[in-house]
Amino acid sequence: MAYKFDFGAIVPHWQLLFDGVILTTELTVIGAVVGVGLGIMGAWARASRAPVISQIVGVYVELIRNTPFLVQLFFIFFGLPALGVKLTEFQAAVLAMIVNLGAYSTEIIRAGILAIPQGQIEAAQSLAMNRVQIFRYVVILPALKKIWPALSSQIVIVMLGSSVCSQIAAEELTFGANYIQALNFRAFEVYFVVTGLYLVMSILLRMGLKVLGNFLFERRRHV
Amino acid sequence: MSLVELHAIHKSFGELEVLKGIDLSIDEGQVIALIGKSGSGKSTLLRTINGLEVIDDGVIIVDGKKISDRDADLLGLRLQVGMVFQQFNLFPHYTALENVMLSPQVVKKQSKAEAKQIAEEMLAKVGLADKMMHYPDQLSGGQQQRVAIARALAMKPKVLLCDEVTSALDPELVNEVLAVVRQLAEEGMTLVMVTHEMRFAREVCDKLVFMHQGRIHETGDPETVFANPKTPELASFVGGLA
Amino acid sequence: MSEFSLWDIVYNLLLAARWTVLLSLTAFVLGGLVGLLLLMVRTAGNPWVIRLVRGYVELFQGTPLLMQLFIVFFGLPLIGLDVSPWVAATLGLTLFTSAFLTEIWRGCVESIGKGQWEASASLGMNFTQQMRYIVLPQALRIAVPPTVGFSVQVVKGTAVASIIGFVELTKAGTMITNATYEPFTVYGCVAVMYFLICYPLSLFARHLEGKFRHVAR
Ligand SMILES: Nc1ncnc2c1ncn2[C@@H]1O[C@H](COP(=O)(O)OP(=O)(O)OP(=O)(O)O)[C@@H](O)[C@H]1O
Ligand SMILES: [Mg+2]
Repeated sequence: MAYKFDFGAIVPHWQLLFDGVILTTELTVIGAVVGVGLGIMGAWARASRAPVISQIVGVYVELIRNTPFLVQLFFIFFGLPALGVKLTEFQAAVLAMIVNLGAYSTEIIRAGILAIPQGQIEAAQSLAMNRVQIFRYVVILPALKKIWPALSSQIVIVMLGSSVCSQIAAEELTFGANYIQALNFRAFEVYFVVTGLYLVMSILLRMGLKVLGNFLFERRRHV
Repeated sequence: MSLVELHAIHKSFGELEVLKGIDLSIDEGQVIALIGKSGSGKSTLLRTINGLEVIDDGVIIVDGKKISDRDADLLGLRLQVGMVFQQFNLFPHYTALENVMLSPQVVKKQSKAEAKQIAEEMLAKVGLADKMMHYPDQLSGGQQQRVAIARALAMKPKVLLCDEVTSALDPELVNEVLAVVRQLAEEGMTLVMVTHEMRFAREVCDKLVFMHQGRIHETGDPETVFANPKTPELASFVGGLA
Repeated sequence: MSEFSLWDIVYNLLLAARWTVLLSLTAFVLGGLVGLLLLMVRTAGNPWVIRLVRGYVELFQGTPLLMQLFIVFFGLPLIGLDVSPWVAATLGLTLFTSAFLTEIWRGCVESIGKGQWEASASLGMNFTQQMRYIVLPQALRIAVPPTVGFSVQVVKGTAVASIIGFVELTKAGTMITNATYEPFTVYGCVAVMYFLICYPLSLFARHLEGKFRHVAR
């Protein structure tokens, strides 16, 4: 009694998958942009001279890095309303991704900042730049350049991790898949195809980040 | 009154006392050579004049104003005092021109056109008018160091500090940098330079400061000091070089 | 409102946390074994095998863990194997772990210079002997910190197994929440428990990293 695969059963529902891909993309783009921004601020705080702020950020980083994303998501979506913070599914998913990526990128970017030679900073100081100016003009770009591959990998991980946002009924790609298999009872086929979609998305995202990196860091050769 | 006055400067790194009471005044237009054995505290002294090292004790007066270690004072100090480093320390993500323009634009809030004009002028002065669009890693060591000098000059400092600016260079590139420094000296720029180029010091500087074990051990005009060192330490230092 | 005291919540979560630990350990050990096997066949160097292993790694690193679990969970019954959530979770996480570990270890083995291989070959060692006596002992020291570090990812990965119905810490959290209507407290406790499992592992990994760096200098 062999099972007959029927991938055709997905075709009528392609719109759901398409919408899911769009939403996953939205989640990822917003999560990545704001999350990395948060990471830059976190890394700045970690490197700053204010020990209290640095320690608070350190606690945030460790808390996030040592708990599952799914639990963070549940806490934000189900737990925060107890504090009067009521979020939609999408908002909760985006916030969880931002908070999660913010912690990881804080650590990654911090490593990049620590790798900037002290001489660079002293040169900037000798030119009378203040702390903010030094960070903005001298430190951050070379630091990001150094850790761009690691940061890119982390962004891909967060994109793939967003798959569990289906659990709070955020209507991303996995949610679409769950919905379809409930309609056509073709769970394996649906998840197989959706896995392929995620694979393609992660490859595209990786490529996109590489192009972005080239744009940000590789300079126009004038010679 | 001198442009920069140092009184009883003390500086320690942990247990190690590196500056043990330094008094030094730098007059406008003066060219001072700072010499001494490795570890005698030359770099540390230079760095305190730029506020890169916080002093433990003593007074720094620049242009009649006492400098505290508050951020605002340090920034004010650095506007008056420029510095060139042994390792160039150019910003790798900016072109030569952008390296020179950066600080006038962001610190002095000059317009882009204004900053560009000054930067071009300074780069031309150090002989790099044709390399403005190059990135640091596209330049030789000597060229990078000249960009670094132009970058410091673009801030129009009253004093320029040079810490062994030719030590990291291949021998054949030393002269192009020394020529720039010599030209600055001739134009009347106030300079304090740590150097191992004794012939250059003798020819260009008005005052020689010999440091030994964290103190200014002997000082005077280069010709006299080199010809008749008064202390045995300087005599052996000069002798050791010959 | 509910008859659950904080202690009841914690107690029930602790019971469930045992399954988190058990699943993590199983997946880590089995995944490590599979990863080692993959590393061996890969290092032995048939180009087709290398390509295959690379594809395997990219597949697992390029797709969500949840999808991997779904495919195992819904796929195995199709070939006549009825699997429990426990088996599906163990199998899925094992494969996931093996892909990541084999990739981590590949980097470690490759950091052992060509000179070591050549020197040992010149002494007449065969591949197994080279691995056993020369390369692995050196690679092992480099490999331990990132391997311990990855164990944190495995523990966190087990949370995803709750979605295919395996009752571990996260699933228990959801069930208790449904009974108590106290999501803030319950998920807070769940997070704390994960933290108590993962943070020591993170610290240990960092400690080993520092120690190794010390040795390398
Ligand atoms: N940041 C620091 N921390 C600890 N010790 C330092 C530091 N900077 C300098 N020192 C020590 O202070 C002493 C003086 O150093 P300094 O760099 O001023 O010497 P120098 O005269 O410039 O020597 P050189 O000719 O080798 O450049 C040395 O013993 C050095 O090791
Ligand atoms: Mg020095």
